[in-house]
Amino acid sequence: MTPTDMSRPADISTRQPDSAPHRARDDADRRGFDWYVDKAVQLIVFVGGISAIIFIFGIFIFVTREGVGFLFEGFDLVEFFTSPRWMPTSSSNPTYGAAALILGTASVTGLAMIVAVPFSLGAAVYIGEFATGRSRETLKVLVELLAAIPSVVWGFIGLSIMNSLIVRIFDVPVGLNVLNAGIILGLMAAPIMTTIAEDALRAVPDTYREAAEAMGATRWQVVWRVVLPASKNGLMAAVLLGVGRGFGETMAVLMATGHSINIPDSIFDSVRALTATIAAELGETAVGSEHYRALFTLGIFLFIITFLINLTADLVVRGTGDR
Amino acid sequence: MNRIVGSLVVLSLAACGGEGGSRALIQNKGSDTLVNVAQGWAEEYAQVDPSIVVAVTGGGSGTGISALINGSVDIANSSREMKPGEISLARNNGVTPKQMVVGYDALAVFIHPDNPAESFTFAQLAAIYGEDGSVDSWSQLGISVPGCDSDEIVRVSRQNSSGTYVYFKEAILGERDFKLGSRDMAGSSEVVELVENTPCAIGYSGLAYATEHVKMPCLSTDDEGDCVAPSVAAAIDFSYPVARPLFMYTNGEPQGAVKKYLDWILGDEGQCLLQSKGYAPAREVACS
Repeated sequence: MTPTDMSRPADISTRQPDSAPHRARDDADRRGFDWYVDKAVQLIVFVGGISAIIFIFGIFIFVTREGVGFLFEGFDLVEFFTSPRWMPTSSSNPTYGAAALILGTASVTGLAMIVAVPFSLGAAVYIGEFATGRSRETLKVLVELLAAIPSVVWGFIGLSIMNSLIVRIFDVPVGLNVLNAGIILGLMAAPIMTTIAEDALRAVPDTYREAAEAMGATRWQVVWRVVLPASKNGLMAAVLLGVGRGFGETMAVLMATGHSINIPDSIFDSVRALTATIAAELGETAVGSEHYRALFTLGIFLFIITFLINLTADLVVRGTGDR
Repeated sequence: MNRIVGSLVVLSLAACGGEGGSRALIQNKGSDTLVNVAQGWAEEYAQVDPSIVVAVTGGGSGTGISALINGSVDIANSSREMKPGEISLARNNGVTPKQMVVGYDALAVFIHPDNPAESFTFAQLAAIYGEDGSVDSWSQLGISVPGCDSDEIVRVSRQNSSGTYVYFKEAILGERDFKLGSRDMAGSSEVVELVENTPCAIGYSGLAYATEHVKMPCLSTDDEGDCVAPSVAAAIDFSYPVARPLFMYTNGEPQGAVKKYLDWILGDEGQCLLQSKGYAPAREVACS
């Protein structure tokens, strides 16, 4: 250590107490340029802080305003939830049954979770509890990189590679189906779930682990009997956020499901997701028409579902905080 | 892909537009069926008259028409006619849509090259695609398709707001609806790609999107009628039964730069370019 390095901490500790109030008094007196900069930055930070609330409400109001006309006029609740017949452009008998779309989204998301949960929780346990040093840092970076792959790239993998693989392996006519989209979506959701799950594991105090080890528990016993039970709320939240991701994903699902209105009875059936329906149809729909408003009604439904899932995840995490 | 290319063209054109102050900018938006031709026209016209810059965007017929209604484009491309509701909406906004046919598009039926089928009648297509149609397997048509063990007809269609979907429905199914469970692709090239890779599949799209990896059977309106294979020539002489007009809409009579551009499109040069892209010209024209 050089002499300057030695002197720095002492320097700060002696200057700080009297200089800070001195500067504040000065600014209040003069209200110079710095004061305005200070206020402007405060304002920017404040607006940034509440922007999420503004956007959420803005989006909610917009989606509701566009879709609410349909909810009160042409909307048939029973038809919406029970009929698979999504035929908004029929000239003789337009119907707006979303049952097949809801089941399509649900089946793909369900399969995606079956794929993603073991992968992501396994990865989180390994990164959080077993890996050390450089391998741990490399893995974390790679997982984050995986999360950054654009969904259209995933969709393309589903459309080109997975499609022909599924056709060859399972001998089905088309490989664009629940299985394809479920695997793609599972791989997409896994990195985000891994990151959140790993945070949950890290939130478990080291004293727990030390206490368990002191009692002679093996590494595996520590993880299985102590860390996992202690972080189960956080892990649950990671899974729920993955489900939310699955419900909201559009592009990859549009490309990999086959986009076919179908109530699936096997994983080899093509289906169609709610999000993909909106994405595919909204662009060419006359603004303000019944079809347009029906698509926004799907949007309201999706918004409510993802909102509920995220809210549940949040409440579950709060549960950990209380303990 | 087309849209990406389209936006790049727009960006580069916008960049050029910024340099010369005297240039007139024409905004052109709409049908994905027409977007390739519209871009070809815009690029070609930049050489003919550098003082006029045309910015082309896709997005679909509905998108183009609503942009015309809002007054944000000079020319809207559409593969379907404007609906009465859209016209009255435009009138309320002070826009008088003026329709112009710029060409014709033959709608081809695509099957896998291994499929031995050579022809389809309208009735067969309606039985395959129509809501109460009875045909679900190739063997019902007396066809056995190599590589398609399940025998199931994989119906490939378009999303229900596309101009191609609407036209096919009107031409083949009339008042009836499509059978549920078709794979509804978001673009014509996706339809062709899926049919290329799926022996069991049947699909339809504009002739311009055909590749050498798909087979295009001939179509006849009934059992006695001639079976006509889709081609630009058959679309020009109207012998092909499913050819549809492609439109451009302007606000009122075209004037100034827009008029010059549209006149050029309907002229020999523009029409030959359209024909070279796989569409049928709006009038008879001799191209080299």
